[in-house]
Amino acid sequence: MSAGWRRGLGRFASDRASALGLALLVVLILAAIFAPILAPFPGDVADFHTANRLRPPDTVNWLGTDRMGSDLFSRILFGARITITIAVVAVGAAVVIGVPIGLLAGYYGGWPSNFLMRVSDVFLAVPQIVLAIAIAQTLGPSIENVILALSITYWPFWARLVFAETRSLKNEVFIESAIALGASPLRVMTLHVLPNIASAIIVRTSIGMGGTILTAAALGFLGLGAPPPTPEWGRMIAESREFLPEAWWYATVPGVAIFVVVMGFNLLGDGLRDFLDPRIRRGARAK
Amino acid sequence: MTLLAVEDLSLGFATEAGFASVLDRVSLSIERGQVLGLVGESGCGKTTLARAILGVLPRETARITGGRVLFGGTDLLTAHPASVNQTIRGRAITFVPQDPFTSFNPVFTVGDQIMEILKWKSPRAAAPTGRGWLPAVVARYPSERKRADMDAVLELLDTVQLPRPQQMLRKYPHELSGGQRQRLMIAMALLPGPDLVIADEPTTALDVTIQAQILGLIRRLASERNVAVLLTTHDLGAAYEICDAVNVMYAGQDVESAPVDRFFASPAHPYTTKLLASLPDANGTASGIPGEVPGLITPPGGCRFHPRCERADGPCREVRPPVDQLGGGHWVRCYHPHGDAR
Amino acid sequence: MRRIEMILSRLVWFVPTMAGLVIIVFLISNVIPTDPVKVLLGENATPAQIEAMRVKLGYDQPLWVQLARHFHDIVSGNLGISIYSQRPISEDLAKRLPATLELTLTAIILSVALGIPLGVISALKRNSLLDHILRVISVSGLAIAAFWLALLLQFFFAMKLGVAPLNSRIDGFGPTPVTGLMIIDSMLDWDMESLHSALSHIALPALTLALPAAATIVRFTRAGVLDVINSNHVLYQRAMGLPPGLIVWKYVLRNALISTVTQIGLIFGVLVTNAVIVETVFDWPGIGTFAVQSILQSDHKAIIGFTIWIGALIVIVNLLVDITHSFIDPRGSR
Repeated sequence: MSAGWRRGLGRFASDRASALGLALLVVLILAAIFAPILAPFPGDVADFHTANRLRPPDTVNWLGTDRMGSDLFSRILFGARITITIAVVAVGAAVVIGVPIGLLAGYYGGWPSNFLMRVSDVFLAVPQIVLAIAIAQTLGPSIENVILALSITYWPFWARLVFAETRSLKNEVFIESAIALGASPLRVMTLHVLPNIASAIIVRTSIGMGGTILTAAALGFLGLGAPPPTPEWGRMIAESREFLPEAWWYATVPGVAIFVVVMGFNLLGDGLRDFLDPRIRRGARAK
Repeated sequence: MTLLAVEDLSLGFATEAGFASVLDRVSLSIERGQVLGLVGESGCGKTTLARAILGVLPRETARITGGRVLFGGTDLLTAHPASVNQTIRGRAITFVPQDPFTSFNPVFTVGDQIMEILKWKSPRAAAPTGRGWLPAVVARYPSERKRADMDAVLELLDTVQLPRPQQMLRKYPHELSGGQRQRLMIAMALLPGPDLVIADEPTTALDVTIQAQILGLIRRLASERNVAVLLTTHDLGAAYEICDAVNVMYAGQDVESAPVDRFFASPAHPYTTKLLASLPDANGTASGIPGEVPGLITPPGGCRFHPRCERADGPCREVRPPVDQLGGGHWVRCYHPHGDAR
Repeated sequence: MRRIEMILSRLVWFVPTMAGLVIIVFLISNVIPTDPVKVLLGENATPAQIEAMRVKLGYDQPLWVQLARHFHDIVSGNLGISIYSQRPISEDLAKRLPATLELTLTAIILSVALGIPLGVISALKRNSLLDHILRVISVSGLAIAAFWLALLLQFFFAMKLGVAPLNSRIDGFGPTPVTGLMIIDSMLDWDMESLHSALSHIALPALTLALPAAATIVRFTRAGVLDVINSNHVLYQRAMGLPPGLIVWKYVLRNALISTVTQIGLIFGVLVTNAVIVETVFDWPGIGTFAVQSILQSDHKAIIGFTIWIGALIVIVNLLVDITHSFIDPRGSR
């Protein structure tokens, strides 16, 4: 097994795509952390200078200015903080809700488990964005509410995944013997089941981050995210619409930013899947 | 008359660990109507040799480094690939695969798959010349020939002892037993009217009780139709049952060839004798061959069997022994053969 | 027989799933700080007016009574009156559904037509330059925000090149409605002008929806083909000298498509999700724009009605996918 892991690790490191994904994310997170230092005009998150409005990119405003004359580069850097916060907190909450539900339902079975899985099926039957829009709208536009809306609509993904994995693991000999040896259900779940399904959860989480960022941006685009002047990327794109086609940079800059982050998470997720996928690892172990 | 002659064929595969030399100057020849057994342990290169003759080596990793595959005077390795595909593969040379379970496409009925072969490879169809103007997917199957082909299929299914062939053709592969599938495979190999059938371990995936029937069937049909068969097998018993002659391979090299009675009566190569001795005797005891099959990334020089051979000496490690004709169609590649009674 | 059992069991689950959906959406839309009655009557309404309207709309009843009435209404096919349009919601949705169906179906057809051949070629020419380019495009296609892609396409094709209209569904009155799908209706009318107008209007929104879907299909088809191409039955057919094109486009593709078809159900979910946004950007008069408008106006009944219709649509599509699957895979592996 350790040989399989080592081979997987080598494959992960040598895979240029996943390395690129990781690099993109590291750069982005650093940019978000050091936004106040890196931004040429950190005050432009809230300040405006209408005399400078809609300037194309130049040496002063590297990525141009928006309709209020604020520096787009600075706003993008601060926007990264919002985007990353939303993705991490919303997905984190969905994992915290979904994983225990899936674990309990998969371990115990019976009607409560069926009920829980049916509830998650119902959530999965409707496009996430529809429920998220409904929730975000009823709660009122704010970052906290976007996060809440996303967590409520995303937990079923993890519940389903963990449920299926736990179900199939429960029949494995090592789980059965742990139960036969008198290990408590809690112990079996946390020490035997969870470590074996962790890789599947990690992969799903990394790919889920990308999807969450896209949904959050869509909510922002519809005006359901943080209120202005918050530099939320989706809202910035919505604002830029009326200035097309003249102010091309205005719509381009936040769009590229979203693209780069989502790409980073997707590439990382793909790499992690090749590296951690239980089926691949099982195959390597069998040889 | 020689039908197929493999001459000094060398090839290998690019692997992560380096280039694996899987065939090292292998030669072999089959007469018209002859059943030749290609015998050796798993991994000795017999399946690779069969695939090299068929021209279906993995394109990305396999590299042929020398030799010729002469069929009816044409070198299949250098001939125009499309014309080999149209006129030889599936017509003059057909194939019975190792695993009848996975060699049928699971989502088409066996009838569809048999008729597909005949649509392109029927003996009643003129050999196509060059490329048609239509893509192959939408090519027409003339209805008159289709009817004649269908009659031939039904007749042959009866010959290979498949009852109620009409119903059988409508079934999907997973609805048939292993023995039924392999009988169908044999029928498919014979329907195009080939000169040579390459049967790659045709019975290893089957029940022991069915193995003998399938082997008997191959032998009988080959004799009746004067079709040559190249049978790869690791089962010496099977070779004894149905072959006219036997070729032995070890670690990618051919070591000995003889008519079947001479082969079992007076084996010459030390590997062959050990292989025969390793068969369980009447008491049910079997003796293995000491040592291990060598790796093919850095194979032993000279005769690749020398690390396991108590007769080996200097030359064995340096230069591969040449073909030594022992008479009566029996030859060996060894400096110190057994029963050296010429 | 197994197929019928499968379809029946799906149909049996359809009812509780839809009921659960109604409850969840109902609860979500009721646990809210905004009061729809206040929104409806505006800032200047007197408390008496608000109270009267509340009673009229049934908001004064306990939650469970509202829910029971709601169920009764839905079962009898009545989703209520849209607060704003003052028309029955089912009528609004029914009128708008063809536009959404036309858009999503066009996008699905486009993505399949692009995705499957490219996926096969990508697999056959594995590790070639073409394969690398296609893989980069397909990874990128999944990372682009749909509304941004919509803006990009509007920017280039409508604003810069002027080859496609910026938004809406058709110029003029359009063809006589028969199916409600403009492309088919204008063909039935033999009205080339409308057909051209309909096609040029649908091009950009359909492309916006199709690109990410095509990216997914390329990925799955490529993986499926690579899986099949090394199988024994392909080796057998190659060894028997069948034409290579035939082996790939008939036999390999058929096997590879089994997993792709399963994906199309998921892809449809993503498509509908994106359609809600894309319809808004392109002013496409479908149920997506209806939903966004209703949501922005706190029209609960309209939101619930929309959610039920979308949920039903997706469940039906998944059922169709399962049935298709059972036809192309005789092993009935499910």
